[in-house]
Parts: sequence; structure tokens; C-alpha cells
Amino acid sequence: MKAKSWITICLSMSLLLMFSAPVLAQGVIKIGGVYPLSGNIASTGLDCKRGVDLAVDIINGKYGKDLDLPMAKTGGLPNLGGAKLEVVYADTKGEPKNGMSETERLITQEKVVAIIGAYQSSVTKTASQATERLKVPYVCSDSSSPTLTERNFKYFFRVSPHDAIFARDWFQFLKDVEKKTGKKIATVAILYENTEFGSNVGKYARKYAEEFGYKVVADISYAANATDVTSEVGNLIKSKPDVLMHASYITDAILFTKTFKEMGFAPKGILTMAGYIEPGYLPAVKADGSNIIVRSTFALDLGKKKPLVTKVSQLFKKKYGIDMSENAARSFMAPFVLADAFNRAKSTNSEAVVKALLETNIPGSQVIYPWKGIKFDPQSHQNIYAQGGLVQVQNQQYVTVWPFASAAKDVVWPFPGWKGRK
Amino acid sequence: MPEQLLQQIVNGLLIGFMYSLIAIGLTLIWGVMNIVNFAHGEFLMIGMFTSFWLFTMYGLDPLFSIPICFLLLFLMGMFIYRFIVSKVMKGPMLAQLVVTFGIGIFLSNLAVYLWTPDFRLIPPTILQGTWEFGELNLSIPKTVASIGSIITSLCLFLFLRKSKTGKAILATEMDREAALLMGINTERINSLSFGIGAALVGVAGAFLSTYYYIYPQVGGLFGLIAFSIVALGGFGSIEGAFIAGILVGLAQTLGGFFFDPAYKYAIVFMIYLITIWIRPQGLLGW
Repeated sequence: MKAKSWITICLSMSLLLMFSAPVLAQGVIKIGGVYPLSGNIASTGLDCKRGVDLAVDIINGKYGKDLDLPMAKTGGLPNLGGAKLEVVYADTKGEPKNGMSETERLITQEKVVAIIGAYQSSVTKTASQATERLKVPYVCSDSSSPTLTERNFKYFFRVSPHDAIFARDWFQFLKDVEKKTGKKIATVAILYENTEFGSNVGKYARKYAEEFGYKVVADISYAANATDVTSEVGNLIKSKPDVLMHASYITDAILFTKTFKEMGFAPKGILTMAGYIEPGYLPAVKADGSNIIVRSTFALDLGKKKPLVTKVSQLFKKKYGIDMSENAARSFMAPFVLADAFNRAKSTNSEAVVKALLETNIPGSQVIYPWKGIKFDPQSHQNIYAQGGLVQVQNQQYVTVWPFASAAKDVVWPFPGWKGRK
Repeated sequence: MPEQLLQQIVNGLLIGFMYSLIAIGLTLIWGVMNIVNFAHGEFLMIGMFTSFWLFTMYGLDPLFSIPICFLLLFLMGMFIYRFIVSKVMKGPMLAQLVVTFGIGIFLSNLAVYLWTPDFRLIPPTILQGTWEFGELNLSIPKTVASIGSIITSLCLFLFLRKSKTGKAILATEMDREAALLMGINTERINSLSFGIGAALVGVAGAFLSTYYYIYPQVGGLFGLIAFSIVALGGFGSIEGAFIAGILVGLAQTLGGFFFDPAYKYAIVFMIYLITIWIRPQGLLGW
């Protein structure tokens, strides 16, 4: 009788153990991908997802050994018995509240061991509050609000550059242009959507304008889902800026481009972020997008100096039939950083993974951006090597124009205006 | 500066007429049936996509696809009323509220499924470019859409006042029981009004598609603004909705121009709140 109950206890204990660690037992590591897969910016979310899916395929060894990316050569995670990576997606619908609840659901119900994604900074902010509370690592490579890494969270890491870096790039670019053309630029107008992302860009743009000595003649925030932006553009025309700096998502980028043209607003330069580089933008506005300058960490022409970029973007094109965009390219890197950390930690235990993430040192040759590599700041967990660049729409393509040293083509400056476009 | 002011007034009118056209369909349904059509924004989206696909597949200019949008949305409205809304009308109040909401979510997600969440623009067609009068830029597609909105609203107005069916709709709107006693088939009037309401927003969608981008969630804010216009103009009042639409358009652009553009929607909704406070039945409501 006694022996029998002992056996029962042992059996149930072992069963319990099996169920509590199903992740490794099956040789599959589940991570959660939180993205806006429906709603206003679903097209962006799907684009990010493409990048992540390709990355996971590469990590799991689907594309062979000739890619110089973490885990590509081994196929799976060698230190974890060749375990494969699997992404469980959750839809945020672009809402911060869903970002938090979906992240919680992924962790508590789907038992994912790490989180990636969110794209929108406002959503990443709430999602990372959930991971911090539930003590699960979060590697973000697609949200750019500086405040995300100013919180010094223990479990949150960011691979990509943030908007303070990008905003500074805008002004550094203006200085360089002045030097190049010998013509003075005096005034800027700052235009931004009014959530986490845009308002932070606005804040840093004001700060750097003062630092670099430019006068801000208009400072306009607006709702990204606006139905009409003629009053915003009216204000811009009234303030007569030399240069416009615009932080937008995609719907507002399209609407503003059309309204600029319609009302004839043509400053010397239009410097932009995010929305203007999404794959939906150029097909929607066509020639009206020409000569607009966008911040970027990625452009296909990087392949000229970095063959890895061409290899990856060819795989992307083969898999999806479209060119790899900035968004897909940014989201692409997070799974590699996590896989590398899991592998070195030899475990998916949160504390061990965080420790491994802090020791991350991925060389520049293994990233698809023009960086020195990936290494996290021990305090803020921001990648210290992350940096930006600027691309310009020329002949319906995004080409790298700044920094001038790594430019693929000369920048078109000043902005030629709207006349004569179809 | 005066030129910019004039420009803003013109812009306000142009967007205002568009709002009016979207709102009159909603106010008609509301007036006749006392139900809120939360799927109104999605009907607009369907109208825009219809116009987009007719252009993409058959090269039909959006201007000529207006009758098709009208007819298609009319049939869709009748269908939705017959097979979904009329069933729920007998149920509790909450069910009536939720049903159109559900239809809206279904339609926008169906659009994501069928047509992907990408953004589309109809390339410049017959209507393109801007007229320039000195400093004043007048967008041609927007101007034509505004004229279209005025004509459509006028047609609806005449239809309601002059035709027998129109008078029956108005009678049902004023007093359902009395209309029933007078031998009006109110069930038929209901489905007809739902159809006409949907058809009007279909026309609005076709006009809007000549200059606005198209994607599955495009109806969201337009729908919300249409609700406040209907409430501002007076529930069920066609003239009220027409005037309120223009007011909202003007408030939005001028408010945004003189104050901070960040507050333009706040100004619109503040005017709405103040009006409702002073005149709860709306501008022309009874």
C-alpha cells in the first residue's frame, strides 16, 4: 500500500516536471512576438512579422550554412541540444492596453520565455511593463522612443537606435549640407504625431535645434488618425521654414504628402521618420514621395559594401516577393540576439538569459546594418553601437545619402518643389 | 495672412461638405429606426473599396462608379437590414446596439482578410490637380466631391419631400404608430431607409476615394465624426446634419489654424458638447 502510494507520488511528480518544462523537452523554444497585426497600422505589423519569420527560419537552419549570422551555421541552438526557435504571435491592434494584456497572455498561457516586438513605442512601453513585472526578457529592435531605455528596466533590451540619435542626425545632416552647398539654413519647422513616438521626437528636435543653432518657427503636433490636415499645413506655410522635420506613422505620412502638394508647401528640405519609409508609402503616393529624406538604419544599397545585406534581402525577396524594407530589417535582428543569448546561457531561465544578454557581443559582420555590432549598455540596455543614417527617395527607391561618406548617391538639395509631377 | 485665412475657410468647407454627405445617411437610419448604425464608417470603407476595385480591374473612373456604388451599397444595406438588423429589432435594446457594432468589426476584418491591410490610392484620373487663384489653392477632386455632396443631399431632400415613398419615410420618422395606422408598411420603409442610408455613404465613399487613401480601417474616425454631426444637427434631421457637417469642417480647420492644430478635434467636440448642453435636441432636431 505504502509503496504503491510512493510510486504514485513519484509518477505524478515526474509528470508535473515534464509539464513544467515542456519547452525544452520538445526541443522547441517559444518566444512571443507582439505586433499590430490588425488595425490602423496592420500593414506595418505584418511587415515586421516577415522580418522575424525570415530570421527564425535562418536560425533554425532552413537556409544553409553560408550566411554569417548567429546560429545560421549550426541550425538550431547547439548548446541546447539543437533546439529550434518558434514565435507565438499576438495582435496588439496598435493599442497600448492590448500590448500589456497580450504580453501577459503570451507569458502566462502560451509559456513563452522571451518577448520581441511591438513596433509602436507606446505599445512597447506597456508591454515591457508586463515583462518587467513577470520577469521575462524583452528584446526590442523596432521601437525607437528614447524613454524606453531611460527607465533602466532589468529585463528590457533595445538593439536599434532611438529617436534622440535620429533627431540629432537630422541636425548633423543640416550642418553637413550647409558645409557642402555653402548656403545657410536658418529655420526649421517641427511636425509630429502626438503619441509616445512623435512627441518624443518633438522634444529632442527642440533640444537639438537649440544646440545646433537653428530657430524653430513652427512646432505642431497632431493626431495620427486625422481625416484632414489642411490646418496643420496652413500653419506650416504661414511660418515659412527652411526645412521641415516630420515624425509620422504611415496614414498621416500619406495624407500630409498629398496635402503638401495640394497646398504647394515646398521648403528646402523635408526630413522625415518612420511612416515615410514603410512599404505602403511609396506605392500609395508614387512620384509625390520623390526627394523626401527619411531616417533609416537599413537600405538595400548597403549591400554594395556589405554582401550579407544582399544575401539576406535576396532570401527575403524570394520568400515574400517584395523588397526587404526598413521595418522588416529592424525586426529581423531581435530573434538572433535572443537565440545567441539562449545559446550562451545554455538555458531559457530569465536570470541566466538576462546575464547572457548583458554579455552579448555580436560583431558588426553579423548584423545587416552599418554598425560596429551589438553590445548593450549595462545600465540602460541600449545597444551602444546602434546608429542611424538618412535615405532619400530617388526614382522610387530609397538610396543612402547620408552620412556622405557611405552615401550611395548624392543628395538632391534643395527640394525641387511639386510642379511637374504627375 | 488673409490668403491663408481664405484658404483655411475653403478647406473647411471642402471637408465639411464631405462630412455632411457621410452624416446624412447615418441620420436617416437613426431617424427612421432609432438605431445607431455603428457600421456606418465601414459602409464608407466598402464604398471606397468598390470604387477602387472598379478602377483597378476595369479602369472605370471613380466618377462613373458612383451609380454602381450607390446601387451596391443600397442592396447591401437592404440585405443587412432584412437578414440581421430586423431580427434584432425585436430583441432587447442592448442587442440592437451591439449588432451594428458587430457588423462593423466583421466588415473591416473581412476587408483585411480579402484585400490585406495595405494602403491604396487611386492614381489621378479625370479629376486631378489644383486650381490656383493667386495664393488660393483649390483641389479639383475635393471641389468636385463637394459639389457632388450638395447635389446628392439636394436629391435626398427632394425625394423625401416630393415623392410618396419619401413622405412615407418622413412620416415613419415622425411617428411610427401613426404611420402604421395610416397604412404605411413600416417594415418596408425601414429596409428602404437602411438601404438609402447605406447607398448615400457609398456615394460619399466613391467621392472620397478620388483623393483619400483607402484601407480597411479608414471608416473609424469618419464614422465617429459622423455620429457627432448627427447629434449636433439633431437626430434624424437631414438639413441639420448637412449644416452641422459644414460647421464641423469649418471648426476643425479654422480652430486648428488659429489655435494649436493639436486641439482641432477637441474644438470640434467641445462645440458639440456646448450645443448639446444648450440645445439637447441638436440644432434642427425636434
